[in-house]
Amino acid sequence: MPDKVYMMPNPPTPNVPIHFNPTFCTGCNVCVEVCRTDVLMPNPVKKQPPIVLYPDECWYCGICVEDCSIPGSIWMVHPLNQSVVVNWKRKDTGEFFRLGMKNPPPPNTKPPAK
Amino acid sequence: MSSWWNFVQRQASVPEWAYPIRYDVENQVDIDVLVLGGGIAGCHAAINAARQGAKVAIVDKGSIRRSGQGGAGVDHWQAACTNPCSKVTPEEYTRAIVDSFAGYDCGPMRYIQCQESWDTLLDCEKMGVQIRDVRDEFKGAAFRDEATKLLFTYDYENRHTLRVYGHDMKPRLWREIRKLGVQIFDRVMATSLLTQDGRQGTHVVGATGFNVRTGEFYIFKSKATILAMAHPRREWTFSTELNGGSASFADLNIVGDGHAMGWNAGAEFAAMERSMGSSGGFAYIQYGVGYPDNTWYGCTMVDANGKEVRWLSHNGEELKSIAERFQPAPDQKFILMGGGLVGGAIAREVKGNYIDNTLTELIRKGEIKLPLYADLPGLPEHERRAIFGLMVGNEGKTRIPVYDIYTKAGFDPDKDLLQAPVMPPDSYRSPHYPAGSMVPQWREVFGGGLLVDWDLKANLEGLYAGGRMVYGAGEHAGAATSGRYAGRQAAKYALSAHASELDTKQVAQEKARVYAHLNKGRASIGWKELNAGLCRVMQDYCGAFRNEETLQAGLRILNSVKESELTETYAANPHELERVLECHTILTVGEMIMHASLARKASSRFLNFYRLDYPEVDPPEWNKLLPIRLEENQVKVRELPLDYHLREPYAPSYEENYQAHSGL
Repeated sequence: MPDKVYMMPNPPTPNVPIHFNPTFCTGCNVCVEVCRTDVLMPNPVKKQPPIVLYPDECWYCGICVEDCSIPGSIWMVHPLNQSVVVNWKRKDTGEFFRLGMKNPPPPNTKPPAK
Repeated sequence: MSSWWNFVQRQASVPEWAYPIRYDVENQVDIDVLVLGGGIAGCHAAINAARQGAKVAIVDKGSIRRSGQGGAGVDHWQAACTNPCSKVTPEEYTRAIVDSFAGYDCGPMRYIQCQESWDTLLDCEKMGVQIRDVRDEFKGAAFRDEATKLLFTYDYENRHTLRVYGHDMKPRLWREIRKLGVQIFDRVMATSLLTQDGRQGTHVVGATGFNVRTGEFYIFKSKATILAMAHPRREWTFSTELNGGSASFADLNIVGDGHAMGWNAGAEFAAMERSMGSSGGFAYIQYGVGYPDNTWYGCTMVDANGKEVRWLSHNGEELKSIAERFQPAPDQKFILMGGGLVGGAIAREVKGNYIDNTLTELIRKGEIKLPLYADLPGLPEHERRAIFGLMVGNEGKTRIPVYDIYTKAGFDPDKDLLQAPVMPPDSYRSPHYPAGSMVPQWREVFGGGLLVDWDLKANLEGLYAGGRMVYGAGEHAGAATSGRYAGRQAAKYALSAHASELDTKQVAQEKARVYAHLNKGRASIGWKELNAGLCRVMQDYCGAFRNEETLQAGLRILNSVKESELTETYAANPHELERVLECHTILTVGEMIMHASLARKASSRFLNFYRLDYPEVDPPEWNKLLPIRLEENQVKVRELPLDYHLREPYAPSYEENYQAHSGL
């Protein structure tokens, strides 16, 4: 069944740059503190993930994700207007891949240089 | 799951503002040195002022732990001329850059950078930033010095620019600031400079601000003030609807507040008429598409069928090997590349190697077929890992947005060709493809800023500047070094100066301006519509082509908006109030740009400045700065030689001036 229907204005775009998994997120609000433009607001319900209030002001720097200490509780999704053209081609097979495709190749687990 | 929309749907109610509202609270802070802007320049300024023994406060609209353009990381460190491997002197590097910008660059700031860049980086290393290949991952690479384990980029022969692991640069600076006892004012927007007797053009004695979460007011009283805020943005283009703030190199907080408050206080600005092209909100993911420039410098590019695009030296000779891309040509001593120089008219003597500059024509003729790809697998392993593992992985907006997201989605630089944007052929004339396709009337301020002397002091007593506040092109190491120097100078001044009384009338007037927008109903317009309206004025009347009539008309319209729509714009909470007040900044900066454009009655290729009524390009008699300032609210223009910093009252050489002023 669909949710109860309210009168709501159109959502601003990009719609949801930052996602939370409530199973892992403890509501510590470190991400709220490091966000430069206050995209995220503390949830009025304690220990719940922050509210993404200003998605349209996100710089997509990814610091909220980088500075979070609990893996899997927060992730970033690029605006579709940009990510839709992030494409790559496997050099030896010629296969095409796209960021956001339905059946992506297995992840490359090599970390950045350190 | 946790968007505002979901919350409202689930709770069937709108959440109350997350922070206490305190519009009626007023805080006064007395210090020696006030640093406005808590980015890279501001942090180094605060650290170095505090180390001199000054009582310091630092103010930022975001939280200083991660705010500013350098807050998301840094991958390369420029002009480290005094590092043990460098073969370029500070004098040579400074002259090459200043010449590249045809003299329209801040000589003192460049020379200070060339002298102190390496020492500043060592300072960062002491704070915990990794600047060496300590795990020997790049052992044997052509860009590595085996003794020091330093990694270089762009010019492997002359070694003036380093690759660094700077993804956590900002948190390290933040910890140092806290250790030194600097008073931190996060989430405070500075709104004005306070001056002696409240008059324009006098001693700067403090500043005002308000908290963008709670709305409370701040009055800062200082003996010296450092403007360390960013360059103007959101001036010609503004659209959060396309990509949020993602398509801009600067986050939404960056509008040029320092420029506007300096201007209103009577400070003098140079090169505000200069601009560069922009693709509005349509840029691609920064560092996240295949291209051969900047962070991706040296990468092989291939076409849709795998045909390689040639690399050429500055004089058009084809480079036969990948190694040659990182070497100067036989007739060059060294080459320059990197931030602040991207797309610039680099002087021939130091112009780096680039992919074929006839690429546009080759695409038109069908000899090169779009789309292009960055052939990372075709690079030697060290080069590939340096680009995608080290630089993309530590640069701002790359560690999570590109490295983490792309690799999780299966991208493997050992196997995959990353596609370049598909654009009209003309857009490939600049190798910086992520910027997208330029539209002539969509522009960005480039290099316009505060005019400074050899102390990085402005024309106003007690006012210093660092980073992109200063006129001339800048980047991360430039911000760090100029902030460091300005911090020392401001502290030295403050420790011997006495505090001046604030003008209560000036404070009261500013407070009234700040809070006026809270009393408007939502029937009026909001900040976004106002911002977009101001951009239209800039596009139409002060775009790629300008004349006396369009500029006068533009000033008239801006003034009309100031009397009408600006006063009617609403703010329903402290965050919206911040954004509305940024529109005041945008309007003021627009006026500065138009006044500066009126003053220059000639066109200039170097300034990317074209007057329809003065079409002659760079006539020699106009090769000069035309600094502008306000005096009793009237615009004053004067002429200044481009090399003013090497003429009376200064010494004729960079080194003599540096020795006399640096305080080291």
